[in-house]
Amino acid sequence: MDQNLARTYDYEVIKKFTIAAVIYAVVGFLVGVILALELTFPELNGNIPYITFGRLRPLHTSAVIFAFGGSVLFATSYYVVQRTCKARLFSDFLSNLTFWGWNLVVVLVVITYPLGLSQGKEYAEPIWPIDLLITVVWVAYFINYVGTLAKRKEPHIYVANWFYLAFIITVAMLHIVNNLAIPVNLTDSYPVFSGVQDAMIQWWYGHNAVGFFLTAAFLGLMYYFVPKQAERPVYSYRLSIVHFWALSFMYIWAGPHHLHYTALPDWASTLGATFSIMLLLPSWGGMINGIMTLSGAWHKLRTDPILRFFIVSLSFYGMSTFEGPMMSIKSVNALSHYTDWTIGHVHSGALGWVAMVSFGAIYHMVPRLWNVPLFSTRLVNVHFWLSTIGVVIYIVAMWISGIMQGLMWRAYDTFGNLSYSFAETVAAMHPYYLIRSIGGVVFLAGALVMVYNVAMTLRSATPATSTQAA
Amino acid sequence: MQHTTIEKSIPLMAILTLILVSIGGIVEIVPLFFIKGTIEKVEGMRPYTPLELKGRDIYIREGCYNCHSQMIRPFRDESERYGHYSLAAESMYDHPFQWGSKRTGPDLARIGGKYSNEWHKAHMLKPKNVVPESVMPAYPWLLENTLKADDIEKRMQVLAKVGVPYTEEQIKNAKTDLTAQASANADGSGLTQRYGAKVPKADFDGQPDRITELDALVAYLQMLGTLVDFSSQQATTR
Repeated sequence: MDQNLARTYDYEVIKKFTIAAVIYAVVGFLVGVILALELTFPELNGNIPYITFGRLRPLHTSAVIFAFGGSVLFATSYYVVQRTCKARLFSDFLSNLTFWGWNLVVVLVVITYPLGLSQGKEYAEPIWPIDLLITVVWVAYFINYVGTLAKRKEPHIYVANWFYLAFIITVAMLHIVNNLAIPVNLTDSYPVFSGVQDAMIQWWYGHNAVGFFLTAAFLGLMYYFVPKQAERPVYSYRLSIVHFWALSFMYIWAGPHHLHYTALPDWASTLGATFSIMLLLPSWGGMINGIMTLSGAWHKLRTDPILRFFIVSLSFYGMSTFEGPMMSIKSVNALSHYTDWTIGHVHSGALGWVAMVSFGAIYHMVPRLWNVPLFSTRLVNVHFWLSTIGVVIYIVAMWISGIMQGLMWRAYDTFGNLSYSFAETVAAMHPYYLIRSIGGVVFLAGALVMVYNVAMTLRSATPATSTQAA
Repeated sequence: MQHTTIEKSIPLMAILTLILVSIGGIVEIVPLFFIKGTIEKVEGMRPYTPLELKGRDIYIREGCYNCHSQMIRPFRDESERYGHYSLAAESMYDHPFQWGSKRTGPDLARIGGKYSNEWHKAHMLKPKNVVPESVMPAYPWLLENTLKADDIEKRMQVLAKVGVPYTEEQIKNAKTDLTAQASANADGSGLTQRYGAKVPKADFDGQPDRITELDALVAYLQMLGTLVDFSSQQATTR
């Protein structure tokens, strides 16, 4: 790489977002472990209102998706857009605004959720002033990103940027529509929509938070970092075009599969299921394009644990994007809905795919941002195995408990009576809640290894080495 | 058009993306506001009383929706366990909806009237005392916290703005109605005149001298799913 060019890039904001991502990963996973233990041992909250399951669970989901995932996406998108456009970020002011603004959002969320200040909509719990702040940060992000694209010295926009751009545009649309509300006071508001329409809009938002925040954007990440780490070109340019447009078009329709057999009209939920099943193809298009990029470089998996993170994350991506369409089939959903199966599915996506592809990207970026070698590649390998084992323990426990609970709810005895009271099904969950907690602890331990490894790497970076890179 | 053209132009790329991601939402969301059968015409639906509304705010504050659904599906086991499947009309005044997505605890769409007020109080104070297998946390502070309802009129006005049919009379008498519903002895004629004879009226938390958050929450729970009378209803068509 041209050293002069590299010197013009803004790495400072990327460094800050990368450190934030590493910290938020630990916070998000730790809260998750606490929640898992609260379900296993309900007395654990010690009758403290601020840490009851109901108030803490939104903190866990927001910390993992928006604090950790968001920071990874800011860091990687700023990294990718500069390098693929050979241009410095559009505006230092906007870069800083997105960093401090986003972190202010996180801090406000951490304060408000435990106090019980919530909109009461899943994954959209922040109260209206925070929603406004998110909107401001997002507009700044859009301008900064597009402004950088406009400065590009390459005629073509690289495929990774298509995905990041689609993510920024779509999340803006979802966030604004789903959070339309009229304030009562500084903290409370009532949403404009109600009942069935609110449900449809909420899951249009909720599923596409998965589709664009946790999928499209991370595919963008994948399209830069996997070829870079493997030192191979993307497997198929044509496939990337087809699956990008197909994914963008189809994902939006999938929301109603969260509302099968509810008071949502059948036509809507059938439409949602149809698109969810078709979505398998563009999803696997991304997986195939990522994994096949290793063609001719498979031997690198033996020595490169970062590449292992990428390949296993793509495998989890392929698995959960098979499981998702399957669960959107109405007769499967009749069993899986409302159970832990859904929780397991989400975690195979969020931990197996999103977190692991993020870890790979973080390990790839850190040495290049600070211009020092990673402290320990062996520890990356340790982290890789802890993550993989942790996810597998987690999702297997949730598969068993989810399917078991679904079957117990609908079981009848020979006299035609329900076999189990609800309380009996709760008692049957206990061992699996314990196993799930263990999976979570193992995964968290992996993240702590990453913190140590990154911290030791940064310690060896002197001001001289980092400025050289920046 | 060659794809090269698109990938060389930011406006083209951005606008095409925006159009493509808008279609699905428009097709699935907009008709729900216009197709007549989306929300059934049923007898008995009414807005929440001021006390129930405060109870619902507490339900949202505590994040109950993280573990409890309010949406019964049309399956044999669910109707035997919980009652008649939920209708869209039953949540038409719910801003936001609280259908939920997970049943760590049971569905609550028709919990109203199934247990006594005393049971609910015991349950909220320590769930394991009444359901030994329960993994629900205890909520002792609900019984300690005096209900704050200074802004109840404002809340009802905001809800009226987004389509809940609160009358001016209901809003004007909000505090009176709230106090009346939470006490066993107070005159409830205004309350029943404004919200109907079925409104549960009691000293829900067993503390006659004060109105606590528990009063509001139990009042809300006790009316859930009770508004539509399914016995007199002709088979609901969907």
